[in-house]
Order: sequence, then structure tokens, then C-alpha cells
Amino acid sequence: MEKVKRIRGSIVAIPVNDIDTDQIIPARFLKVTDKQGLGKAAFCDWRYLEDGETPNPDFVLNKPEYQGASILIAGNNFGCGSSREHAPWALLGAGINAVISTEFADIFRNNALKNGLLPIIVDEDTQQQLFSLADEDPTTTLIADVESQTLTLPDGREIRFPLDGFSKYCLLNGVDQLGYLLALDDVVTAFETSNPQRVMTTA
Amino acid sequence: MTPNGKPRTLFEKVWNSHLVRAQSDDAPAVLYIDLHLVHEVTSPQAFSMLRERGLTVRRPDQTIGTMDHSTPTTPRNELGVIPVSDAMAARQLDTFTRNCRDFGIPMYALGDEHQGIVHVIGPEKGLTQPGMTVVCGDSHTSTHGAFGALAFGIGTSEVGHVLATQTLLQNRPQTMAVNVNGRLGDGVTAKDIILAVIARIGIGGGTGRVFEYRGDAIRSLNMEGRMTVCNMSIEGGARAGMIAPDDTTFAYIHGREHAPSGADWDAALANWRGLPSDDGAAFDKEITLRADELIPMITYGTNPGMGIPIDATVPAPESENDLNRRIALDKALTYMDLQPGQKLLGKSIDVVFIGSCTNSRITDLRQAAKFIKGRKVADSVRMMVVPGSQQVKRQAESEGLDRVFRDAGAEWREAGCSMCIAMNGDQLEPGQYAVSTSNRNFEGRQGKGGRTFLASPLTAAASAVAGAVTDPRPMLAGLT
Ligand code: SF4
Repeated sequence: MEKVKRIRGSIVAIPVNDIDTDQIIPARFLKVTDKQGLGKAAFCDWRYLEDGETPNPDFVLNKPEYQGASILIAGNNFGCGSSREHAPWALLGAGINAVISTEFADIFRNNALKNGLLPIIVDEDTQQQLFSLADEDPTTTLIADVESQTLTLPDGREIRFPLDGFSKYCLLNGVDQLGYLLALDDVVTAFETSNPQRVMTTA
Repeated sequence: MTPNGKPRTLFEKVWNSHLVRAQSDDAPAVLYIDLHLVHEVTSPQAFSMLRERGLTVRRPDQTIGTMDHSTPTTPRNELGVIPVSDAMAARQLDTFTRNCRDFGIPMYALGDEHQGIVHVIGPEKGLTQPGMTVVCGDSHTSTHGAFGALAFGIGTSEVGHVLATQTLLQNRPQTMAVNVNGRLGDGVTAKDIILAVIARIGIGGGTGRVFEYRGDAIRSLNMEGRMTVCNMSIEGGARAGMIAPDDTTFAYIHGREHAPSGADWDAALANWRGLPSDDGAAFDKEITLRADELIPMITYGTNPGMGIPIDATVPAPESENDLNRRIALDKALTYMDLQPGQKLLGKSIDVVFIGSCTNSRITDLRQAAKFIKGRKVADSVRMMVVPGSQQVKRQAESEGLDRVFRDAGAEWREAGCSMCIAMNGDQLEPGQYAVSTSNRNFEGRQGKGGRTFLASPLTAAASAVAGAVTDPRPMLAGLT
């Protein structure tokens, strides 16, 4: 994973609660065997008209003033639904590097962090303020700093967001968790030796 | 109890017994995984990662594969093969076959006598057992919690972690007791319990928590009903839901292919009997529902929390105080083309889907078949019945259930996820309404533009016959 220290970018808002992973990327795009090219499918059913190709001019991500936005501000409880890691892959593919909401579904949050997509939790007042900002001034730029766990608003106000120590360490150092687990090989073997196997074989 | 006498929950017992390394200030816990289920859709990138890094699967003997999500459920050809016409799906299935073969993982291919939805085959083969940790790259892994296992869905990176190390990094979740007391009325099922729970707590209500379903209404459910309840824990935001194992659990497991036998069975049983939460064990949160107050539930909106008793009316956005929620409800009603104050009873429908890892097991099919027997599916309705596994399909056919469904005018299909996720061509047309026994009514989940009412197999069967959303209870007379 690439290191993620600081994300600076313009914002776009989808003020909808409970955006589920079927909206982030519909299931029909999950027949792939790699992670590439999923950006086109992000929010596909909202982003394109009936034919699935013509951009829906009313959808915020298609508006010229929001092109290039890399920080998405969403309604409450973002990323509920399925465990598909295709959701963060699609968002990253669409140029989104951070999502701001009041709450994230557990699996989405885990998946996002493993791919360097930053989930930023703010309170409802801040969320509403950001919705207005995005609406009034599409050039609004935010800075999310991982080390200090702060989100800097255009007026200079700094808002602290929660991030567990381990995820922070992994983001800052570009560490992937598999390396950490592989290094515990002996400990796992010891565990296996002292705990009887539950299912003798799946074959 | 712990040596110092502090009462522990079922969750704590399973969690603690799988700690390879305890959680610290610096790092999450490292949790050992007993059983890893893999399927074609969320695994290819994980296997690619293993190849890139030159890794092997640590415990192929604790890993099992099946094809389910993108597989067709259309009939077999004259060679007994289920043809895959979608080229992308075919390539994904081939990739899966190659990955399982190369890494030594036992796998049930499309049409194999053991193939089926991953959360149906684990229990039916006796692989899912009390006190285990079970994971799968699929959020409905919570199903296996019905056996008193700690079972939860993971992403593809984590699938890679488990393949390579048989462990996962996890922060310890909180616990929440969901008590359901009293007796269910006739025609009210496990599905109605869980839809009522989610309507009560909302789809984010369980975020960061593991549910334990308790109370006599839960105890009185058979294993399949318990699986239905645990299955939809994720729809309440909880990654896992658990039910303490009891004699019902043990009777279900006994004699299954991978169940322990002889002296091993006795040892396992002694262990399992110690799993239920100790008296006085504390939960971080607790809610209670009365089973005797429940009636069949149905959803009207675009997430599983938007559920109402079947005779209630669609709520009005104006009645929501919270702005975000008002907008969400308004958006949902627009998508569903429903009016505030409207009754769902009598709303005409186009499709009925009986299937999915929520409600495709033999008792679900028996319930629906008993209802359908001697009746006809309304002309305006397409009814699909998709058994959860090849084993369920065979069992149903040996009981003549396939004939009952066919005679009534329903389609009897091969096993798989089918219209639950609409990846395989089984899908709604834009604008169509379905009563579905699956678990998600998100926009487009069952086909772009399709509209889903989630309900029990009984409500689905009654609605198929009437051609409209129907309360099954008045039609049950003489059926029990
Ligand atoms: S039946 Fe539906 S919910 Fe269950 S595993 Fe398949 S796609 Fe997922």
C-alpha cells in the first residue's frame, strides 16, 4: 500500500443517508477478477441514464464544477451492505481519496483503510456545514492530515477525527497488514499446536 | 465463567478462545479462524495477491470453496451440465476452479451434488459448529452464528490474510443482547422477527456490535429459523449475530458429514455445553421485543430497516423530524413509487422470489409449498423458487415439493444466489415489484430499477397466489 499522510482536495457532496455498497458499485460489475477499471462503475445507477452510458447531468459527480473532487461528503452510515472490497476500489478508481460521514459500516471502513481510502468521521453539525459548503462553493478545498487526525476547513478551523492507532500507523508507513500477520508465523503455529482442530478436514 | 468468577457472554468465550495475540494499545487482536468459506466473486484478487507474493494457503484443510453468486440457475442440458452463457461469469468461475485446484482447496463446482450458497452448505455439511470462528468474503456470514459460532463477513484483502495466515486482525466489538420473548402467532416466522428487530434499531443500530439473540421465542425456533435471524444481523449493522447452542443445535449437527463422531462427539458436546452466556453476564446494550405482538412484516423502502407490520401504512416523510432521514425516506418512496399513507396490502406485484441464504432451506420451501399446494400462482406473477443448495434441491424433490411449485405455475430452479443479487441474469425488469424472501431491498439490488418488498416465505407464497401483497394468516386455516 502507498503511504497516506495528508489528503488535500476539493469536495463533492452526496447528502444521502445509508449509501449502501450496491449503490457504490452494483453487483453486476463484480464479475471481474482484478481491481482495475472499477472507477467507471462507481455510483453507476445514479451516474448514468437508462442506457447505462450517458452521464446523468443532474447527478453531482457529473457536474463540471465538481470534476476533480477527491473528498466525498456523504449522509449518515456510509457503506452499509455487502462486504465487497470493490466499493473502495471503485471509489479510488473514481478519484475519491477520502469519505466524510457521521458513521461508517464496519466492513466498508475496514476495507477502505486497507486500500488507503480515508474514512473521516465528523459530527452532524460539521457534516451539514460541509454539505452547504460543497453546495455553495465547489472550489472549497479541505485538508485531512493523518498524523494529527485533523480535518482543516477553509476558515482554518481544525476538526479532530477518530482513527485507531494501528490503522494510522499502517497509513503513514504504507504498511500492509498481511506482512504483520506473516511475521507471527511461530505464534500461530504455537496456537495451532495447543488448540485442537475443530474440523478435521473440509475435503 | 472465568477463573475469577466473572460471568462471560457467549461472544467473549468464543473470542477469548481464539486469541493468538490479545488486543493492545498498538494493535488489534490477532484472531484465529477455524473455518474459511470462499466463493468466486470476492476471492480472485486475494489469490492473485498470494501468487504475486509467492505465498501458499496455510490451512486448505480448514478452507472450503463453492460457486454460488454468479452461477446460472437455469436447467441442466442433456449432458447434465448447467451451461454458463455469460462470458465474464464463465471466466470468473474458471479462475476460481484454477485457484482452488492450485492452492489445494476443496471446492464444489457448479452443478456438483454439494454445491450451493456458501451459507447454506457450511451448516448442512456439518462444517459450521458451536464455538468456532467462521469467516467468508460475504457479509451474510453472520448466518453461521445460529450455531453459537462467531461468524462474520470480511473484505477481499482479509480473505487474502486468512488464506495466507489463518488469522485476522480485529478490534474487539461490543455486545448487544436482542431479547425476543413470548410465543409467535400462527403465520409469523423467524423472518418477521428479524425484520421487526431491524425496523426497531435501524440499519446502523448494530454498527460495532455483535448481537446475541436470546429469549424463549428464539429458543423455540428450529436451526433454519435461527439461521434466518442471524443471517440478517448485518442488515442491522452488526457484523455477527449469535445464538447459544442447545439441544436443537446438537440434534441438527449430529450425524452430518463433518460432524465429530464417537468419543469426539462426546468431547465436543461437553465443550459446546459450556458456551452459552453465563447468568449475569453483562452486555454493552440490550433491547427486548415481544414475539406475541408481532405480525408478518414487510419492507416498503430501499433499506431493510424500512419495514412495517404488513397491515400498516407507508410512513410520511413529513413525520420524520431529522432532515437527513426525511430526505432518505422521500428518496426511497420516489424510487419505490409509493405514497405516504398508502397500504401495502393489496399492492399488485410482478415477481415472487423464494430463495437466498436467508430463506432457501428445506423448511422454508416446505412452508411455502404447503401454502401453495392446491393453489395457483396468479397469472400476472412470475414466481421463482431457488433452493439454497443441490442438497436442499434433492431433498425437496424427494418430498415432491418441486411438483407442488411447478403445478402451481412457479419456476423450480437450480441452486444459487440468483435474484438475491441479480448477477446471473435472474433479475427484475425496471419498475417491477417483487415480494422477495431475500435480505436486501437496496435500489437496483434485484435488477436495475427493480423494487423489492422483503418478507417471509409464507407472505411471499400468499402474495404469489393473490398477485398482490397479502397477509398469509387468514389463508392458513386448515394448513397446520
Ligand atoms: S444469497 Fe444473496 S445475500 Fe446470500 S450469499 Fe448469495 S448474494 Fe449474498
